Amino acid sequence: MATVPLRVPFEEPAGTTINRAHALWLTMKRKPLGAVSAALLVVLVLTAISADVLAPYDPLATQPEIRLSAPSRAHPFGTDDIGRDVLSRIIYGSRISLWVGLLAVGIGTAAGMVIGLLCGYCEGRLDLIVQRVMDAIQAIPGLVLALAIVSVLKPSTTNAMLAIAIVIIPGNSRIVRGAVLSAKQNRYVEAAQALGCRHPRIITTHILPNVTAPILVIASIWLGNAILIEATLSFLGVGTQPPTPSWGLMLSSTGRAFMEQAPWLAIFPGLAISLAVLGFNLFGDTLRDAWDPKLRRQG
Amino acid sequence: MQKYVIRRLLLAVPVLLLSSLIVFGLMRVMPGDALIALMGESGNVGQKELAKLRKDLGLDKPYHEQYMLWLWQMVSLNPGDSIFTNEPISVSLKKAIPVTLELAALAMILGITIAVPIGVLSATRQDTTADYAGRVVAVSGLSIPDFWLATLVITFSAIWVHWIPPIGYVSFWDSPWRNLQQFLLPAAVLGYRLAAATMRMTRSTVLETLREDYVRTAWAKGLAGRIVVYKHALKNALIPVVTIIGGQLGTLLAGTFVIEQIFALPGMGRLTVEAILYRDYPVVQTNVMLVAAILVTLNLIVDLTYAWLDPRIRYQ
Repeated sequence: MATVPLRVPFEEPAGTTINRAHALWLTMKRKPLGAVSAALLVVLVLTAISADVLAPYDPLATQPEIRLSAPSRAHPFGTDDIGRDVLSRIIYGSRISLWVGLLAVGIGTAAGMVIGLLCGYCEGRLDLIVQRVMDAIQAIPGLVLALAIVSVLKPSTTNAMLAIAIVIIPGNSRIVRGAVLSAKQNRYVEAAQALGCRHPRIITTHILPNVTAPILVIASIWLGNAILIEATLSFLGVGTQPPTPSWGLMLSSTGRAFMEQAPWLAIFPGLAISLAVLGFNLFGDTLRDAWDPKLRRQG
Repeated sequence: MQKYVIRRLLLAVPVLLLSSLIVFGLMRVMPGDALIALMGESGNVGQKELAKLRKDLGLDKPYHEQYMLWLWQMVSLNPGDSIFTNEPISVSLKKAIPVTLELAALAMILGITIAVPIGVLSATRQDTTADYAGRVVAVSGLSIPDFWLATLVITFSAIWVHWIPPIGYVSFWDSPWRNLQQFLLPAAVLGYRLAAATMRMTRSTVLETLREDYVRTAWAKGLAGRIVVYKHALKNALIPVVTIIGGQLGTLLAGTFVIEQIFALPGMGRLTVEAILYRDYPVVQTNVMLVAAILVTLNLIVDLTYAWLDPRIRYQ
């Protein structure tokens, strides 16, 4: 009769804490796609920071004599309908995408975190009312809500960013609320309450550290979505306005108009958006695997 | 089940009411107001005409009255006229809604038809070339913007096949073949994103289910692989897939807003984006509210399907 080896569950020795950076490093070693996504993001950030140095031409400078030139050594991504260098515009466009993404996600995450912390900690009537408002906002698809908000304000990069931030708040508040409700069950929170600690202190020192992992994971996944929504709003003409170089705007203004004559005008900006979104999506997945696998079904 | 249906229906009402308040409030915080913006663009319009137009549109009434009036108009399916075209919004919507619903339904059918078999294949052949190919297709679908994919599809079909979808909308009942020609490409582009999310979910749930004891028992009984996968594993694995499809409905509806622009389909998305560009706020608020209502209804249907598939849900 064959013997079945018993699997003894591995238990970490008490007191062992795995550093988050180390956990991320281990996950990246196990899943090379995570490392690839991190590299993609580093390239994106460096491109945005050093756009002045990297861009071979002024993104707004026109040279009508070389309009719609195909990719060449002088202009690796070709030129657009008024002779602007497409590569330089894509390099500068990374600034807009990253800036909008970071600010929108920053504002949306901060607001979602405050709402989620308050709702989860206080519960009761406040939680009930606020969560119904969040339900109502989520009943409107994100892009449609962003479109409505931009229509109320005025088409611009800043307003697109604000609209995206508002779209992000309900989902984030919900994730934080759930994490707070679960953190509240811990004995040390009960102990802090029994010792008479003040609520702000309990929230900031005992609960907040428990919810930072899900917040960071969701924020990283939202960054990709924010870039995608900004590009979509600009594509529809209600985001970044010309002549500012934005990837979505480049696609709609020249990419579509000259798509048969000059397909490079549509190919390169779209590729830039896809790579940026792919980078954030894969990196978000990696962070989730490393820090908070429980979020897999929710995210 | 009946109790569950009633409870879910009652929960949907306050959500819709709150959504209507948000949409209405949003349109009223517009700096200046829509009329000034509109008239400012058209030039020399006197205060008298402006006041008359404001009165005609009911904008001179207190906010709560305006809200109640609008709510009544929405419920009685008569949401007023467009500021820009003067056409009753209900007439424009009557033409636009079937276009959007057809596009969304076709996209959903195409998406699910592609996603479920590939997801199952990916799971049953885990870590093989087929699995990797399926996963790459899925991850790309979540990262490639649909407006870029649509632009590329039109460009390359025009360059290589010398064919673009016929322009000028024709309804399915007038000419089914021409209608399908118009809708197939946009629906495929839109369905790809839905397929990507569904594919990932199908793969992971089938993988989980294949490791369950009852599936092992089915293998041990000597059942054929196809029966084990499709009859035993897939049935249970599909429950979370229904949820992910429900979660994607909003993205699908929002996607129609972009795709209709690119393929020149006169649906709700195109109507709304044009209204936004012209600041035609009665049309914007009606359409946004309608999208919210459609989404809440569809989510309700998904929840009921979920409860029907998994009896544990309805007894909670």
